[in-house]
Amino acid sequence: MNPWGVDCNEFVEMVTEYLEGTLGEDDRVRFEQHLTMCGSCRDYLEQIRLTLRATGKLRTEDVPAEGMEPLLKVFRKWKQGRS
Amino acid sequence: MSVNTGGEAGTRDPRRADSGGPGGTTAEELALVEGLRHGDEDAFLTLVRRYQALLKRVARMYVRTDAVADEVVQETWLGVFEGIERFEGRASLKTWVVRILMNRARSRGERESRMVPFSALAAEEAGRSDPAVPAERFQDAARNYPGHWSVPLPRWGDEPEKWVISLETLEYLRGAIEQLPSAQRTVVTLRDEQEWTAEEVCEALGITEANQRVLLHRGRSKLRKALEARYEARGARP
Repeated sequence: MNPWGVDCNEFVEMVTEYLEGTLGEDDRVRFEQHLTMCGSCRDYLEQIRLTLRATGKLRTEDVPAEGMEPLLKVFRKWKQGRS
Repeated sequence: MSVNTGGEAGTRDPRRADSGGPGGTTAEELALVEGLRHGDEDAFLTLVRRYQALLKRVARMYVRTDAVADEVVQETWLGVFEGIERFEGRASLKTWVVRILMNRARSRGERESRMVPFSALAAEEAGRSDPAVPAERFQDAARNYPGHWSVPLPRWGDEPEKWVISLETLEYLRGAIEQLPSAQRTVVTLRDEQEWTAEEVCEALGITEANQRVLLHRGRSKLRKALEARYEARGARP
């Protein structure tokens, strides 16, 4: 038994499965055991979470109004073409 | 002009024939689909408002200029009109539309081999050895704690939450996403920027759950590494 649960180099490869909730029960327990013991790995997991949060901020929803007109033209032309 | 909406987007996935995809199509989406079939402009405008930014974003990952991306998106809508009669509601509308876009964008693609199916590209990237953190950052067998950090992981200052979402860091992050290998870039963008579920990403890209997860892992790990490098270099910048 590894007293650390897992080693740090294993931990960093398990992070995504941990966050996705797809780690098996044994692995999850070992992962969380390591988490309680290792400050650097706690920071690592936190940095991955921060990375996700920042990536989410990049999302934009705006559709410029001038972009609608050419699309409506395509739509109307298609409508005409099939009737 | 003849538009090919076929390929991956038009064909049924036999593995999912009964499951209806991630949630399948909602009643509200089906009403929009019905509207589109009848040439209802409001239904079309609703869909444009909902998906245009997403489509442009995904297209832009595969072509070099905004102008070409706009063309690809326009072709995608035409593909949607042409294919809407055959849309069966097995996939969610969003993943169906994005599959059409992916086929169009990749056939115009200027950044990668256009002949390779996305699933093959994904398998290739997932199959490579690509550690989340370089091996040299961990102690080797000759040291006291093999496999543990050689030096403690550097933190991103006292207020990492603030630093990471500063405009400057976000700008840098956007560039780092652009630099990711193609399949990782696509998965990270859909999962973490567009906040799709794993199931939706698998459905739209035609990749396995295992490969989706590996690509997400590789992509996220590289972005963390890039942010770390950015933080370390902050003093060196003017």
